[in-house]
Amino acid sequence: MDKALPDLATAVAGIDDGMTVMIGGFGGSGAPIELIHALIDRFLATGHPKDLTVVNNNAGNGHVGLAALIEAGMVRKLICSFPRSADPVVFTEAYRAGAIELELVPQGTLAERIRAGGAGIPAFYTPTSFGTDLAQGKPVAEFEGRPYVQERWLKADVALVKAHLGDRLGNLSYRMAGRNFNPLMCMAAARTIVQVSQIVEPGGIDPEAVVTPGIFVQGVVEVPNPAQEEDLNLAGAVYPEAAA
Amino acid sequence: MKLTPIKLNPSQMAWRAAQDIADGAYVNLGIGFPEMVAKFQPPGREAIFHTENGILGFGAAPAPGEEDWDLINAGKKAVTLKPGTAFFHHADSFAMVRGGHLDVAILGAYEVAETGDLANWSTGPKGVPAVGGAMDLVHGAKQVAVLTDHVTKDGKPKLVQRCTLPLTGVACVTRIYSSLAVIDVSGGRFVLREKLAGLSLDDLQALTGATLHLDGPVADLIVPEL
Repeated sequence: MDKALPDLATAVAGIDDGMTVMIGGFGGSGAPIELIHALIDRFLATGHPKDLTVVNNNAGNGHVGLAALIEAGMVRKLICSFPRSADPVVFTEAYRAGAIELELVPQGTLAERIRAGGAGIPAFYTPTSFGTDLAQGKPVAEFEGRPYVQERWLKADVALVKAHLGDRLGNLSYRMAGRNFNPLMCMAAARTIVQVSQIVEPGGIDPEAVVTPGIFVQGVVEVPNPAQEEDLNLAGAVYPEAAA
Repeated sequence: MKLTPIKLNPSQMAWRAAQDIADGAYVNLGIGFPEMVAKFQPPGREAIFHTENGILGFGAAPAPGEEDWDLINAGKKAVTLKPGTAFFHHADSFAMVRGGHLDVAILGAYEVAETGDLANWSTGPKGVPAVGGAMDLVHGAKQVAVLTDHVTKDGKPKLVQRCTLPLTGVACVTRIYSSLAVIDVSGGRFVLREKLAGLSLDDLQALTGATLHLDGPVADLIVPEL
């Protein structure tokens, strides 16, 4: 078994129009910038994929990563908790122009919907959002005297994820708070593609330190010294550069 | 002679809130003013701070240029490691929140009602809506406190009978640290605990959109110069 992929272009090759794509990260931490940029490269070369539904906590920052994916016009709908950032101009303009649909989900509910999707749990009840606009139209039930809102699982065709170490079996470890949504998204997608800073031999990650077991991962591509969204934005980067 | 302050500044509000956090408490601080509470932990007490994006027990901001962008808080600001820091994924992070494991959550507010309802995520249909973790945080923490100016920038009460803005949560706030007073929310009523010494009860009531109830003595709200 070898889940290692030769390059980023191969890694994003099977992503088709209209798919739901989970993209890991919280802000820039744990965001698979290189995989996103490879997907943009494919769109610029072939016109596909487009009309994507993207699941991420945020809506991009500046003109790189998720913001660049939106700016390229590839995203039809965004499912997120917090579509604001230091520089949210790309999403904000697309939203105001009616060019992108937004499903706003409380952050913990978003995490649990993804986890439920990966765990085969079609719905669950949470106290979050009860009595608020975000609970409109959702079933409510009382448990032990308190009201709870029913939420549905969230699944994806593809997850693009960033981890620190990976082996050819797909076992992953993460780096600090770059973990965030990434392990959950690995579970919830039919196909999970991971960029790692280093591919190691099986056994190169201590079994006690494996956070995502390889069963949840379909492809691993090595991206040494991955870019950080925050650094790119501090440098005023735009992707692709020609669009600047 | 020491002048009586007209109102507390955000540091002083944060200082006051910090005095109520017990040694060993697990605490989540909202983005903005509430983040300052961490700076004012009384000596000898150690609270463990939680951030939604998956860190428990993080340290202060790093020196400029020392940032590691994989080590950030929910406000996307760089933080530091401390001995005993733990990382976890988002589902575990919100299990800590919703599962009742946090002792205190301190949040900002647009409006707080005497019922304990909180509005702090949306100022209405204009603009891009964003909720983040606020709706989760108001459920589960044993104490949900609010740190806020007593009135809006144009002088309207933020403590009201019923919220007019979209709600973050129903009957969730238990205590308010305002720029003028400390108020408990209990049994559908605002109960005044402390107020600035230079402010009469009538003046405070005039700046408050619902009745302030008294339940025992009202202490002077005393804070250091900060």
